[in-house]
Amino acid sequence: MNKLDSKIPSGPLSQKWSNYKAEQKLVNPANKRKLDVIVVGTGLAGASAAASLGALGFNVKIFCISDSPRRAHSIAAQGGVNAAKNYQKDGDSVGRLFYDTIKGGDYRAREANVYRLAEVSNNIIDQCVAQGVPFARDYAGMLDNRSFGGAQVSRTFYAKGQTGQQLLLGAYSALSKEIKAGSVSFYERREMVDLVLKDGKARGVITRNLANGELERYSAHAVIIATGGYGNVYFLSTNAMECNGSAAVQCYRKGAYFANPCYVQIHPTCIPVKGEYQSKLTLMSESLRNDGRIWVPKKIEDSQAIREGRLKPTEIAEEDRDYYLERRYPAFGNLVPRDIASRAAKERCDAGYGVGSGNAVYLDFKSAIERLGRDKVEARYGNLFQMYEKIVDENPYETPMMIYPAVHYTMGGLWVDYELQTTIPGLFAAGEANFSDHGANRLGASALMQGLADGYFVLPYTIQNYLSDQIHTPRLDVNTEEFDNVEKEVREKMEKILSIQGSKTVDTLQRELGHIMWEYVGMGRNKEGLEKALPMIKELEKEFWSNVRVTGDLSTMNPELSKALRLSDHIELAKLMAMDAIQREESCGGHFRVEYQTPEHEAKRDDDGFMFVSAWQYNGQGQEPTMHKEELKYEFTKVQQRNYK
Amino acid sequence: MNLTLKIWRQKDSKSKGRFETYKLNDISPDCSFLEMLDILNESLVDKVEHPVCFDSDCREGICGMCGLYINGRPHGPDSAVTTCQLHMRKFSDGQTIVIEPWRAKPFPIIRDLVVDRSAFDKIIQEGGYVSVTTGGVPDGNAIAIPKRNADEAMDSASCIGCGACVAACKNASAMLFVSAKVTQLALLPQGQPEAATRVQKMVAKMDELGFGNCTNTYACEAECPKEIKRSNIAKMNREFLAAKVVSQE
Repeated sequence: MNKLDSKIPSGPLSQKWSNYKAEQKLVNPANKRKLDVIVVGTGLAGASAAASLGALGFNVKIFCISDSPRRAHSIAAQGGVNAAKNYQKDGDSVGRLFYDTIKGGDYRAREANVYRLAEVSNNIIDQCVAQGVPFARDYAGMLDNRSFGGAQVSRTFYAKGQTGQQLLLGAYSALSKEIKAGSVSFYERREMVDLVLKDGKARGVITRNLANGELERYSAHAVIIATGGYGNVYFLSTNAMECNGSAAVQCYRKGAYFANPCYVQIHPTCIPVKGEYQSKLTLMSESLRNDGRIWVPKKIEDSQAIREGRLKPTEIAEEDRDYYLERRYPAFGNLVPRDIASRAAKERCDAGYGVGSGNAVYLDFKSAIERLGRDKVEARYGNLFQMYEKIVDENPYETPMMIYPAVHYTMGGLWVDYELQTTIPGLFAAGEANFSDHGANRLGASALMQGLADGYFVLPYTIQNYLSDQIHTPRLDVNTEEFDNVEKEVREKMEKILSIQGSKTVDTLQRELGHIMWEYVGMGRNKEGLEKALPMIKELEKEFWSNVRVTGDLSTMNPELSKALRLSDHIELAKLMAMDAIQREESCGGHFRVEYQTPEHEAKRDDDGFMFVSAWQYNGQGQEPTMHKEELKYEFTKVQQRNYK
Repeated sequence: MNLTLKIWRQKDSKSKGRFETYKLNDISPDCSFLEMLDILNESLVDKVEHPVCFDSDCREGICGMCGLYINGRPHGPDSAVTTCQLHMRKFSDGQTIVIEPWRAKPFPIIRDLVVDRSAFDKIIQEGGYVSVTTGGVPDGNAIAIPKRNADEAMDSASCIGCGACVAACKNASAMLFVSAKVTQLALLPQGQPEAATRVQKMVAKMDELGFGNCTNTYACEAECPKEIKRSNIAKMNREFLAAKVVSQE
């Protein structure tokens, strides 16, 4: 059997999802009560899936790494959520949202999945409005929209600069309702530490109670991984401190294929790095590019003067500013997709035009303030400006913001089929944790869309197609060999880590890993650098297992131990990312191989050689993984080179 | 900057806690408060001591996970910021900084500076939602919502559930937190059908969990990192009275 059967339904693109729903198997209400589903993660995808499945009548257990579902990092998404409502009557449609997403992803996403995403996008807006999400409205009381990178229509719904927060609180409210109703059991401060299989199927998880260190066992008929992405492999990213790729790696080690690990999104507008003590990078919403103009000085000597503090940006005359995005991409200007904007910033800084410490460009609101007035700019972006001022100690109304690209989102993730099922039966992945919808680059305001689409409108259908065959499978006792063995392995791993008592802290090693990844597996990659990175990562792995220092013990709250467990998995991911980047001898979306570019320095794809999803299979500790290919077939889209000029 | 830190250390909820003093040198003023604690923790691990446990997640002021009582003020001396957005430039060289967890009976200490805020979730579970299930809802533009209501609802909805309002209040009242959610939903047509039962259930739960009463000192408003206004409390009181009248009829 080909394990990479994507199970795309038959029929024309616009009929596939309807056909699927018409033909899929369902579970009757009496049987739903007999079936348990574990959801790991309480962000948009996890919370919405748990709430929807609970309301349908399944018994759901949901695990939250922090103290409340409302902390999940979906909350930090600022700009908005896309939907093809066409309320603005500016020519939008499901077909256009589909096309923009496929094109934005540089023709490396699956057509059928993306079309379904565009199709259900409208339901998301309706659902959230019904929950009481306070989306921005116009004076007629109708929903307002803004535009985002990679699109020429206004289809982004927003709630100030806190859209992720409001959507997450919406999903959290739906989840809270089900917790109260008893259909969902909520477990706080629990981190998944391994997956339990029986007869090849996902049947449970081992979790660690972060408040007291205890290992716990939970069984179910299906497990949903909704634990987000692995951007923190780089140490510095826009991800939260608790974000990690550990759960996905645990599943990978148990047999789930890991897809497209090298596709990492570097977000163009983040506050630049300031010092070695820095723990994270703060994103400035892409929505700022609606009104802000990105520039560096035209003359290299001006840049130098600014860096040395001899010149202020406000002193640079209009004709001496290089609005390089507007110059290079007149059609999309400052609203080109993220990968393109990021690389363009790096290109200017590498050429010596950077400001600040050299690794920064300006995002200027001068002309927006002149055009709209300060009040309007404040109404649109006030909270972002305040955030910037608190961190940088400069007033962006008076002096342009400084920004630089930073790791933001990972398009790669657990390989899933059309039903969001991984290569392990009964194991599903949703949201950023899967790889499915964004190809090699995600468009702005599409992460919220995908997380909620998966949780509210896809999984509640597709998981039933699997669970309908499990109605005769009895509940699994957690006091069985399957659980004993996995828990023993986890315990031994933790004991080993604690016994090393070397000289380097977890953060020191994670920071070192981050440096390797940013340097060689970052924004611009080449064969030579990638081949250098792999042995460095392996060396770091050896050092981890011989020289890490973790204090404390197993039976108390011990954040250092949690971080160490995550780092051991991030090392595994780092190797996969480097290997995947080596094999993909082309540039596409967020994966830019310096050797493969057009004369205009744009990403140069190789559709004949690489129009596939790479899916990596784990072969055991110390063994090289095997790469499988899922060929991508574009039946409905004309594949072309991306052009935003 | 050179600093003296007096930090509350407590092994678990049952143990007795105490202040420990730490000296920390060469801290950059551009460092955030939690990054300063990261540096302290690195040095503690180097000395094979247990690092100071504190909650922190997004580090951009939106998740509500962090919250420290710094020199007698929730989230420290800066205004309208969470602890993670507080920067060391707000302190002076040589200063002594006292760092405590939230102190409130409904928020028991788990370890050091980490407290259990699940009481907030329990209040929301009583009715801080519109009881819709997935699917089968009307079009998003089916009901026009006046811009002013939408904007005001958004202001109330910006609460991040950090608990600073409770920590600031001498009575450990959760009125600002509860009223922000009640007000958000009361301002929107979607929230109307359940408005009366919602406010009654949420207030009852708040009382049951041991949060104190509001005695109108408004320390909550002064310390709220998201500047949630006291007018939410007034609105909730009106909603509560109206609900009582309705339920007596």
